[in-house]
This record gives sequence, C-alpha cells and structure tokens, in this order.
Amino acid sequence: MKQRILLIAVLAAVISGAGFISGCGTKKTKGPLIESDAPNKVYVEPGKFDEFYSFVSGGFSGQMAVYGLPSCRLLKVIPVFSQNPENGYGYSEETKPMLMTSYGFIPWDDSHHAELSMKDGVPDGKWVFINGNNTPRIARIDLTTFKTVEIIEIPNSAGNHSSPFTTTNSEYVIAGTRFSVPIENKDVPISSYKDNFKGVLSFVKVEPSSGDMSIAFQLITPGFDYDLSHSGKGPSNDWFFFSCYNSEQAYTLLEVNASQKDKDYILAVNWKKIEELVKQGKGTVKPASYAHNKLSEKTHTVTSEMLKSVRMLKPEDVKGAMYYMPCPKSPHGADVDPSGEYIVGGGKLSTVIPVFSFSKMIKAIEGNQFEGEVEGIPVLKYESVLSGEVKEPGLGPLHTEFDDKGFAYTSLFVSSEIIKWKLDTKEIVDRMPAYYSVGHIMIPGGDSRKPWGKYLLIMNKITKDRFLPTGPELAQSAQLIDISGDKMKLLLDFPTVGEPHYAQALPADLISKNQVKIFKLEDNQHPYALKSEKDARVERKGNEVHAYISSIRSHLTPDNIEGIKTGDVVYFHITNLEQDWDIPHGFTIMGNDNSELLVMPGETCTIKWTAKEPGIYPFYCTDFCSALHQEMQGYLRVSGKDSKAPITFNSNK
Amino acid sequence: MKKQARILLFILSALLIAVYFLPIWEITLDAPQYPEGLGFDIWINKMTGDLKTVNGLNHYIGMKTIEPDSIKELSLMPYLLALLIAGGIITAMLNKKLMLYLWSGIFVLFGIAGAVDFYIWEYDYGHNLNSMAAIKVPGMTYQPPLIGSKELLNFTAYSYPSTGGYILIFAGLISVLLVFYEFKFNKVIKSV
Repeated sequence: MKQRILLIAVLAAVISGAGFISGCGTKKTKGPLIESDAPNKVYVEPGKFDEFYSFVSGGFSGQMAVYGLPSCRLLKVIPVFSQNPENGYGYSEETKPMLMTSYGFIPWDDSHHAELSMKDGVPDGKWVFINGNNTPRIARIDLTTFKTVEIIEIPNSAGNHSSPFTTTNSEYVIAGTRFSVPIENKDVPISSYKDNFKGVLSFVKVEPSSGDMSIAFQLITPGFDYDLSHSGKGPSNDWFFFSCYNSEQAYTLLEVNASQKDKDYILAVNWKKIEELVKQGKGTVKPASYAHNKLSEKTHTVTSEMLKSVRMLKPEDVKGAMYYMPCPKSPHGADVDPSGEYIVGGGKLSTVIPVFSFSKMIKAIEGNQFEGEVEGIPVLKYESVLSGEVKEPGLGPLHTEFDDKGFAYTSLFVSSEIIKWKLDTKEIVDRMPAYYSVGHIMIPGGDSRKPWGKYLLIMNKITKDRFLPTGPELAQSAQLIDISGDKMKLLLDFPTVGEPHYAQALPADLISKNQVKIFKLEDNQHPYALKSEKDARVERKGNEVHAYISSIRSHLTPDNIEGIKTGDVVYFHITNLEQDWDIPHGFTIMGNDNSELLVMPGETCTIKWTAKEPGIYPFYCTDFCSALHQEMQGYLRVSGKDSKAPITFNSNK
Repeated sequence: MKKQARILLFILSALLIAVYFLPIWEITLDAPQYPEGLGFDIWINKMTGDLKTVNGLNHYIGMKTIEPDSIKELSLMPYLLALLIAGGIITAMLNKKLMLYLWSGIFVLFGIAGAVDFYIWEYDYGHNLNSMAAIKVPGMTYQPPLIGSKELLNFTAYSYPSTGGYILIFAGLISVLLVFYEFKFNKVIKSV
C-alpha cells in the first residue's frame, strides 16, 4: 500500500514537473486582447456607408485599392499601371495610350505610394496621385470618376520611389530616385558609380484647376538612394525633406555596403527658392524623352505625346537651397508633423528615432553650423538641428504618421510593432505588436496640417497564420487600430490587394457627394460615338472596318453584320446609350484575343479584333444588365478574302 | 359683387400665373432596384424627369414611348390657362356676378375635362401594348392610377398633384366657394 502511494506521488511529480517546464518555455501570446466592443466599431450596417475612403497602393499589382474604413471592405481596385482585363483598361483603343512610355507600351508597374491632392495643407478631395516605381511615372486619379486620367513619365530617373509627395497646395508633386544612374543614361562601367551616377529629384507642377502635370524642373543630387520624402508645412512650408540612404555610395551588395556608415542624411530642399531661381532662368534645358498621357473627359480617349526636353539644375545653381542633415542610419521615412516644426527620420538600422527641429535647422544655417559638405552641399551639425531622439523605440523604425493630439506613431519593421510617442517630450506612451512585419502606416490626414485621427491603418508584409491559408503565396495584410483613446486598440485584420505600401484616407463625404453617376450622352465627343440607335452602322475603310454599335437594355444594334472578309481589322465602337445609374454594358466577340469592354452609360469604348478565318462569330454583352441580358447578343459573318459581298448590317429584319 | 370677392378673384387669377412655372402632376415609380427613386413631372407645357429611363423600362412590357413633343394637350394647355386668367381678371374688373358664375363653371369644367383626358391618356398607354413585347403577364395591363397608388409588376406607381396642381385645385375650390358666397349674399340682400 505504501509503495503504491509512493509510485503515484512520484508519477504526479514527474508529470506536473514536465508540464511546468514545457509550459514555461513556449508561452506564445496570440496578441493584444481584442476589445469586446471591436466588432461594433468595425461593423457598418447593410445600407449604411463607411466613414472614410482609404486609398491604398497596390505595390507590385500596379493598381490602387480603395477600402472603406472602418469596415475595411474593398470598394474598388482602380487600374493605374497594370492592364485590367476586367474592364478593358490597357486593352481598349482608348486606354492603351495611358500605358505608353519612352520604352514603348508597358502593361505593368510597381506602385508604392498614394498621395491626396492638398489645399492649405489639407486633402481637398480632387485627386489622388500614385507613383510607378520601375518605369518612373506619376499617375493622377480623378476622385469624381475614380479613373486614372493622367500619367507623366519622369526622365533621367530610375526607381521612382520617393514619390509622389505633394506640397501643401499641390503646387508640386515630387518624384525622387531610389537608384542613382548616369544622367543622360550612358554606357559606363558600373564601378564608376561615385563619378558618374547621380540622383534626381523631379518637381512636377500640377495645374490647380485641371490637374495637368508637367515637369517644372529636375534637381541633380549626389548619388545616394533617395527613399521617401514629405513636404514641410506652416513655418517649413517652403521646404521639402528627403530621406537618403547609401551615402556610402555602394553599387554592389548594398545590404552590407550601404549599411556601414553610422549616419546617412535627410536632405532639406527649399523648393520655393529654387522656383524663384528657375524664374530667373537658372538651370539648363536638356534633351530628354518621356511620355505624357492624358484622358479627355469629352472624348473618353487617352492621347499620348512624347516630350523632348526638361530643365535641370545642379546643386551649384541653387546655392543656399539645399542642406544635408545627418540622420541615423539608412533612413526610410522623412515625416513632418502637423505643425511643420518636427521632421522625424525613420532610420531602419538605427536604435533611436531622430526628431529634427525646423526652427533649429534655420538657426543652424544662419549660424553656419556645418560639419562638412557633400559635393558642395553643406552638411549641418547633427546636434545643432536635433530636437531630440526617441530612445529605445524597438528595432527597425521605418515610418511615422501623426494624429490630431500631438502624438506620433512609428512603425518598427524588425521588432514587428507600432509605438505611440509624444512629439514634444519624445516619451513613448504605448506600443502594440503588428502581425507581422509592419512597413508603412497611415492615419487619415496623418501627413497633413490637420489630421482627422481616429484610426491607424498599419500595412504588413508577412501574413503567415493570420487568415485561412491559401497555398504558398499568401495575401499581404493591413490592420485597423483605434487611436481615439490613450491606448491603441486593435480592431480588425484584413488581407489586401497586392502589396500595400503607403495609403491616404479622408472623410467619405468630401468626395462621395461629387461622384459622377453617368456620362451625359450629349457631351460625348468621341469620334465614333453614337447619339441614337438610328445612327448605328458598319463602315468599311479599305481593310479596316468600323462598327458603330449601340447598347441599351436589352439589345445591341446592329446585331447582324455581314460582309466582313478574312484579314479585316474590325474596330468595335460600343456606345452605351443608357443614362441610368449603374447600368454598364459589356462587349466581346468570339475569337477575341483582347479583353472585354465595360462601357459606362454615355461612354464610347473601342476594341480591336481581326477576322482570321471565315465563319460566324457571335458577340454579346458581358455585364448582366437586365432581365433579358442573355438575349443581348449578335452574329458577325466573316467571308473569304476574295468575297465580293458588301458590308450589310441590320437589327430585326 | 362684394369688394372682398373681387379682390380675392383678382388674387386667384394672379396666383394661377404661377402654374406656368411649377409642375402640375407627378408620377413616381418605386422599385427595390431604384433606391434613388424614379419618376417624372407633368408641367403646363412640358414633361421633365426620368422619362428616358421610364421609356427604357416600359419597352419590355410593350408600352408606347412617352413623347412629350407629340402630346397635343401640352401645347394647348398654356392657352387655356391664359384664357382662364384673363377671364378671372376681366370678371373682377367688370364686377358682374353672372360672369363669376360662368368663370367658375368653366374653371371646374376645365378641371373635370383635364382629369378625364388624363384618364383616357393613361388608359391608352396602359392597355394598347405592343404584341411583340418581351414580358407578357396574362391579363395584366399597366394603366397608372389617376390619383393614388397601384402596384405594376415590380413597381409601385404613385400619381399625385404637384405644387402647380394643388394651386389649380385650390383656386378652383375657392372659385366655387366665391360663387356660393355671392349667391348667398345676393339672397341676403334680397331678403332685406
């Protein structure tokens, strides 16, 4: 009996001991407690609208995703730099020119940062800009139609990363180069980097009423990587701040070689002063080749032109307008607080977050507090321009946004978290883990003079176990955080389109009231538009055939077309005669080696089709438009090359 | 005629001028897929509103297209109203009781004629359907109500006067009251 008890006691001890040890070792917390009222905070009742529109860049998808906050529902994916077969963007004759560049037609790009147009330092709801990273370009999206209406290519640039960022009245939208290259790209050894490779900062002028973009001037800079930038505001309104890394000027294995120096820089550029100098004729107009593509609202067609020259300035042309501020270490973000006094550098390999003071910077410039120069550009003394450092923030500070209560929020990529700190005291007041590896973050109006605050959207690079797995390629994600109180509260996780980098958000009614519902048929000036079904017809011009087809519920006119010959290139010009809300019509034809067309009410779109073989080819409406949508179809007859049959077309004969 | 009656008659005639500038009748169509509403207004000389959309929807059931340009009443009504206004002003100036009775009588007659004409027009549009119509519901016709609401397939149709219409009705009623007032007044004087 005693032996039995002893045995049981030993077993119990062993078991509990083992349990204790194993429990101690791997205490994995699944994250911050989700507040019980989180579901209420993100639930938007059916039939009701979200509070904010948020425009989130699609990264390698090349598009711009639009989410409603706080429900985080995907409202739309606006095609910008990548073809979109879903609606014919980049496939239709009208939109193909939007993707023209000096390298020819390009069906894709990498779009990183969204930036809303501003008036008085506050988003005005007119446009949102987004950059094309690989083939340097800036695109402008009209916020009444949610369409890409203009793309301008940036010459003399490579890796358009530090883009697009706007001045406080959107006088300029800036583009900066991540990859330095020889200016007037030429054939030189790569090892001649230090001598030949330069960075370029482009100032794209935005016409206030039309939004038309043009390159006002380009500033040649020392060959560093210009990563991100932001405009000054208030007292610093005339300045722009660029983070730069690789001041080591490495051109191979940058992972190691660009991480050697203790400090890189933030470049302060007085663009107002440069604008004045340009007016006085400074700088040289150099030949360049770059595309400028614009959508006409009247003709619904994009025209593409190649521009041939651009004004360039060297640092010696603009003395007194450029200053480097030392910044630890390989900085990513250069973020300016709402008051315009503080400039926060996100040094990704740094152990502190440096906060620069604009007023100290001006004093240091006036007092010649320089510690050296880079290619003639003065470098200010670190201590003379520093307001303070946020100590022990975590690992890998990247990007800072600001709320309306004097707090800053910084993302820490390596330690996968967000910290909240007080701008004036640099004291950290809260931290929250991110799931996982957070890059950029966004607060509605967070880079403006008057942030709306309320929510923080963090955009993560690694998803792993956050959602149901979908094979090896997982969607990236974003998380919505409530920042209305003292402590941050996690509300929602959601998978995102492409890879979200930066985003912008603004209150919904700033733009929801201005939405275009239909295009007025009487305003349509497309050369192949139809104003009524009676004018629908098919015409031959040599071996080109132009079919003017009208679409209205529920028929296409004409719907019987004969007399097409093999080898003919047929242009189907579809006009949607509806003037009713949310009644698009689609179009496709058998043997279509293009995408479909989605035509909005009052719009005309064209798809090109080649008749390759004789036979009968059905065409139909691809968007479910009405009860009799299945009946919305037609037949096209292709005869042999030598057929003498004339073109005939009819409907209901 | 009593002085107040003359003044009132004058005011009423002047008020009728507003009918040139306001819609008389409105037809509204309610359906789940039209949360923003759908309808059109009938004015003295034109029709405004979502006529294009309504005609587009009507073609499925074979209803004729509503073409304001070919509706004769819209060309005639402005003149009839002018006659009515002129008649009222002249009556007030000439101060003849018999003219008042006549004027009011014509006014009411115009009103009744209008309603009957509208009914006939609605009947025609609702019953004389194209035999090739895609949607045919056996026994179904689409005459909108003269006044009130009615369910027509997935739509609820509402037919009611608009501001101009209410002014006409109001003016008509007042004119009848005026007649009674004058008649009674006459009687009272006679009795005294």
